Amino acid sequence: MRIDIVRMIAEAGSGHPGGSLSCADILTALYFGGVMDHRPDDPAWDDRDRFILAKGHAAPALYAALALAGYLPEDELLTLRKLGSRLQGHPDSNQVPGVEVSTGSLGQGLSIAAGAAAGLKLDGKPQAVFALLGDGECQEGQVWEAAMFAAHRKLDNLVAIVDRNGLQIDGSTEDVCDPGDIAAKFAAFGWDACEVDGHDIPALIETLSQAKADRSGKPHAVIARTVKGKGVSFMEDQAGWHGKAPNAEQLSQALSDLGYVEGEEACRG
Amino acid sequence: MVKLASAEEKQVKRATRAAYGVTLAELAGEGLPVVAVDADLSGSTTTKKFADADPAYADRLFNCGIAEQNMIDVAAGLAITGHIAFTGSFAVFGTGRAYDQIRNTVAYSKLNVKVAPSHAGVSVGPDGGSHQMLEDISLMRGLPGMRVLVPADYAAARAAIRTAAQIEGPVYVRMGRASVPAVYADGVELEIGRAYTLREGSDVTIVACGVEVEQAMIAAELLAAEGIEAEVIDAFSVKPLDEETIAASASKTGCVVVAEEHSVLGGLGSAVAEALARRCPAPIEFIGVQDRFGKSGEFEELLDYFNLDAKAIVEAVKKVQGRKSIC
Repeated sequence: MRIDIVRMIAEAGSGHPGGSLSCADILTALYFGGVMDHRPDDPAWDDRDRFILAKGHAAPALYAALALAGYLPEDELLTLRKLGSRLQGHPDSNQVPGVEVSTGSLGQGLSIAAGAAAGLKLDGKPQAVFALLGDGECQEGQVWEAAMFAAHRKLDNLVAIVDRNGLQIDGSTEDVCDPGDIAAKFAAFGWDACEVDGHDIPALIETLSQAKADRSGKPHAVIARTVKGKGVSFMEDQAGWHGKAPNAEQLSQALSDLGYVEGEEACRG
Repeated sequence: MVKLASAEEKQVKRATRAAYGVTLAELAGEGLPVVAVDADLSGSTTTKKFADADPAYADRLFNCGIAEQNMIDVAAGLAITGHIAFTGSFAVFGTGRAYDQIRNTVAYSKLNVKVAPSHAGVSVGPDGGSHQMLEDISLMRGLPGMRVLVPADYAAARAAIRTAAQIEGPVYVRMGRASVPAVYADGVELEIGRAYTLREGSDVTIVACGVEVEQAMIAAELLAAEGIEAEVIDAFSVKPLDEETIAASASKTGCVVVAEEHSVLGGLGSAVAEALARRCPAPIEFIGVQDRFGKSGEFEELLDYFNLDAKAIVEAVKKVQGRKSIC
């Protein structure tokens, strides 16, 4: 998935590698670890769990996951951000199968997910809704409007995952406007909150599966500690790689870091 | 011609917002998966009447508290799980405060969300300029794919809510606080994309929406007493605008007055001007709030103060008639 991400962004000449690489393991757990029930050959399957990419700028990671799962042809990934492509810079639900709703304006995804969770409950459906937020995104006030609403409505079929990579465009989240202890904040809003290593796939699968199964009246927040730019040596923990494409030389280095060998089926994950 | 209110029906004053909750209940009773999402104003918008109409509907009103941004996106979430989601709050918050949510989520994703706040325009009255939304038509009209309905009375509001529920995708329905006389007969059916000619005339076309339709009808009577025959058109559907009907009338009368309880910038006046500039250029005068904020006062006082009343329309008609020869 990471190989796809860096190749797509390099080809596009723009995009957000840092936050896409940081959440790749989370998406792997959700789509390929048995956490979410979904059918790539039937994206509108009524009994699917819902996934909402609140941090819409990680679109390359979502597109890579959807392509690897079979929602999209893999060769389409290199059309990212190009005129005529379905793969817009931020996800467009009218174009891409598997994308539930268009995102890109930060702070909205958790509210949408809460509404979807409320809608499923209203209809007596057991499916869960997962939302993936950025940690910088938690600076948006609407996230906490949604947090209050979800706890009030006892939306225990809702799982918010926060990609806690610690960086945003202007620097570290602590320096820009410190979101503090995000798990404690969700807990204070009445959520069941926990932290997990966001690059430990078995731990992610276990935590997210438990959150999905636990229907004891509280929504679930999983704060995933991650490294921005994970897997690419020169991107790791660098705020400057939030929204910048690698050049040819940097792409070559990145692919080498990720263990990609030209002409061979890449090591996925 | 669409059926207008009888003399008896005209005596009954009702607010457009009063149609909201009861019509949602009616639609739910017909089996439509309607839900309402409000922000601590369910009494004012009357969405509470929907929840109270039947014990089975109580769970279908989602009160978000004072959180309009969340309200719109919760509606979006309900829409993507198969519901027809109607939102509430006052127009100033339900469109302005949550504009980004309406733009980037509802409109961009083409969701089945009906943005239908109350208390639009100066009808809010004493609450003053902070609460008198005069830019909402402009904001909503600019969004790709958003349909904009501005009902003139209770019966039109009921029709607007029904037609909004029946069409897939985002719709804006603008409702007001003030009780206004009936224009249409009860049970009238109005369509998206249609304007309705309520009175025929050959001297001037008055295109109005919302509470200004009643004022336009009064103005037409005053003008008739002076021998000026005004054609009155209700632009119920501001977007898509019924350009055919309006252009045909302008071509017949040769001059136009547009009246709306909204800023003259970007609303119905702009829509009519854009259409006529392409189809049938004619002199136009604009009745509306002139690039300024509202003010505390009673609704009727404000109609007079902001030159939105029938008397102002009469003056505008005379002015625009004088410009006919120029073009």
